[in-house]
Amino acid sequence: MERIPVLRMGSLLLITIQVDMHDKLAMQLQDDVTQRISEWGSTGVLIDISSLEIVDSFIGRMLANIAAMSRILGAATVVVGMQPAVAITLVELGMSLPGVRTALSVEAGMELLYGAGAGFRTGSDDDPAQG
Amino acid sequence: MIQPRVETLPLKTSNDVVFARQRVRQWATELHFGLVDLTKLVTAASELARNALDHGKGGAMRIEQVGNGAKVGLKLTFEDQGPGIPDIEMALKDGFTTGSGMGFGLGGSKRLVNEFAIESAPGKGTRVTVVRWK
Amino acid sequence: MSDLAEIISGNEDQIRTEWIRDMSKSVVRTDLISRTEVEEQSKTLLQAIVAGVKAGGVSDITGPGWTGAREILQDLSASRARQGFSPSEVAMFILSLKQPLFGAIRRDLAKNLDKMVEAIWAATELLDSLALLTTEAYMATREELIGRQQQELLELSTPVVKLWDGILALPIIGTLDSARTQVVMESLLQEVVATNSKYAIIDITGVPTVDTLVAQHLLKTITAARLMGAECIISGVRPQIAQTIVHLGINLEDVITKAKLSDAFALALERSGRAVVRKAAGAGAAPVLAGPLAKQES
Repeated sequence: MERIPVLRMGSLLLITIQVDMHDKLAMQLQDDVTQRISEWGSTGVLIDISSLEIVDSFIGRMLANIAAMSRILGAATVVVGMQPAVAITLVELGMSLPGVRTALSVEAGMELLYGAGAGFRTGSDDDPAQG
Repeated sequence: MIQPRVETLPLKTSNDVVFARQRVRQWATELHFGLVDLTKLVTAASELARNALDHGKGGAMRIEQVGNGAKVGLKLTFEDQGPGIPDIEMALKDGFTTGSGMGFGLGGSKRLVNEFAIESAPGKGTRVTVVRWK
Repeated sequence: MSDLAEIISGNEDQIRTEWIRDMSKSVVRTDLISRTEVEEQSKTLLQAIVAGVKAGGVSDITGPGWTGAREILQDLSASRARQGFSPSEVAMFILSLKQPLFGAIRRDLAKNLDKMVEAIWAATELLDSLALLTTEAYMATREELIGRQQQELLELSTPVVKLWDGILALPIIGTLDSARTQVVMESLLQEVVATNSKYAIIDITGVPTVDTLVAQHLLKTITAARLMGAECIISGVRPQIAQTIVHLGINLEDVITKAKLSDAFALALERSGRAVVRKAAGAGAAPVLAGPLAKQES
């Protein structure tokens, strides 16, 4: 069965959701993430939803569930790249995604998880070479 | 692509829900809906399609274009022969739930569309009709 | 009035030919539409009218038998409105059908004056109501166009500016209504993504009043930004607005608000880990007057 790939970068799990998920795929992802955290002792989970044009209540619940389950297993979760139309729709729908930290980009997400020393620049004024 | 005036899709599996919202997206794109309006409509379609499947034990969705020359919109009708909703008013409140999940998603869907109508009674199935104008 | 139905369908080709031939240049507007297109439209429309007369009679064009013709007319009118035709030109397109139609009636009913007069009257009523329908559809399209232009104007009037890397400002001037706030919300959030800005300052110094609806829209914008991973700060809150907000019972507990834009900017800088530092004395440009309290030339 097709699955959403869960990549490992050190202690970080990186998940990029690029397909229109049906319910089973979403449940599979939840399973996979919890499995991997246990297996690899990951401390961070980064979910990139910049390709998702629709986030309905089911997907929203999935994200909240992943965050909650990961926390219990000792990992922090950040969701990045939410599109404006999606955010506006979620607000209208009344979904607040409790317990889900968010960031604008993968870099910002990394910074949120591991701090500014993670080695990822988020603003050009931090880079002297760019003036 | 010549668009048929009405399209009916089954909602019997979770893949059907995905396909249904993709079709709604295609219809709305061809009618040049704005991005936010499109997103709201497709999300509402996803919620209601899922409802028909999960609570209504399966049903169907009908898509049709509505309006005359100047005003253009899409009308979606979701029908199922499921157990029906005993208390519609309660179901429309946010956070109402009958078990797993965060509720019927009806109240939220209502806010995503311009027109919303629901007919349901225990044992008589449910029909939800929504319209979103361009 | 089945006579009229027969007359029109029986003389369809001739009516159409005369109609197109005699259409005045002002109706055809070859600068806006090609001759071929006009001929196509005339053919389709006449066929639809024939169908309508057969299915729905001639006295009431609102019935189901006329749905096809109504839709064709509405679409035609809407597209002409968009192309730049005037309302008269669009109506004349229909009304110019009268002459060839009357010609056909006169030919077919020459022997019966009463029936001829009846048929002419029925034809007049029919074409008049079709022309009115056309005008209404035209107006509706124009209103839609104006609405869209207003939308574009709204977008232009609320520019999003970048104050610093990762810090945006949205100075709002004028009244905020529902439509404008949505446009504002969308463009702000799009800029947030495009510039990767974690902080967005919404300055409402130029907003005269805030009512519950506006406050709700602002709150929705803030919530949406937060969902995306950005933070909004509201600045420019004048004393009257602060009072209104409290009186309306609007809950701004989760919202950061500052009286002045500069305070909001300072906060955003601080939160993003930056500080503005004054350079050491003498490190600036050379003073105009050299030396300690330079002597004045006398």
